[in-house]
Amino acid sequence: MTDKAAVTFTWRGALEGAKRCLPIEISGFAIGLVFGVLAGQSGLSAAETVLMSALVYSGAAQFIVLGLWAAPLPVFGIALTTLVVGLRHLLMGAALSPYFSKLGRLKAYGSVFFMADENWALMMSEFSKGKRDAAFLLGGGVAMFLSWTTSTLIGRTVGGTLRDPERWGLDFAFTAVFLALLVGMWRGRLDLLPWATAALVAVAAHTWLPGQWYILLGGLAGSLAGAVRREA
Amino acid sequence: MRLDPLTIITILLMAVATYATRAGGLWLASRLELSGRVEAWLDYIPGAILVSIVAPVVLASGLAEALAALAVVLVASRTGSLPVAMVTGVCAVLVLRTLA
Repeated sequence: MTDKAAVTFTWRGALEGAKRCLPIEISGFAIGLVFGVLAGQSGLSAAETVLMSALVYSGAAQFIVLGLWAAPLPVFGIALTTLVVGLRHLLMGAALSPYFSKLGRLKAYGSVFFMADENWALMMSEFSKGKRDAAFLLGGGVAMFLSWTTSTLIGRTVGGTLRDPERWGLDFAFTAVFLALLVGMWRGRLDLLPWATAALVAVAAHTWLPGQWYILLGGLAGSLAGAVRREA
Repeated sequence: MRLDPLTIITILLMAVATYATRAGGLWLASRLELSGRVEAWLDYIPGAILVSIVAPVVLASGLAEALAALAVVLVASRTGSLPVAMVTGVCAVLVLRTLA
């Protein structure tokens, strides 16, 4: 398989990550503006909004908990929902481990704070082409972090007109990015069974289960299908 | 600058929950013995996760999304450019939703 001993962690890799994630930083900025506006409508102050974006740094979790934000605040319901939305990270982190377990603890566990779907997906796509600079995740993540925190602050303080991302087709921006990455990751017939399994399970889970279970369940089913088939 | 204590506690709990999931997968998997089967499993995760994220949007939300996805796949396989694919997707879905 791939040579996992040769994993590096350089400034160049970090800059490359920040550069390659530029389309995400731009569309993420627009989504952040929308989040800021909605956070204001849910009663969060500007300071609280930025604090949430900086400490949680997860668009998926933050948008979903706004729907639960009411007085009295359902503190544990919100924490639990955040945990469930984040469960997909467990699989994403597991996929990093062959490479990141070679790095020092600070680099590895500091980097994963900045792991979002997009910079993780871009890095895995780079790694599938043989690149091995693990600082890509951190570089892309920090750039996306700056874009996300700044834009939520601007949305919270200035916004008010940007309400409906679907009107601008922005909700599709990330879907398009993930599709393009998938095109690059396609290895041929080998991937057919795991990908079809993932799609089937995800659509079924999305239809019948509430929330975001479909990402975790589809990802688990698809990757296990690939592993079991290889064994046989 | 308004900071409500209960809100801060809620946000801190959210932060702990999210970081636990981000670090947990790496922590657990780095304790696994890397057999061929485990490596194969880890190897299939990225594709399976990405397919799961997009599948409900592409396959089950409507004709506009399905056609826009097709356009993105065609453009991405021709150009290999992420920004071009993204702009194509956003424009295509905008136009197709207006038509639909």
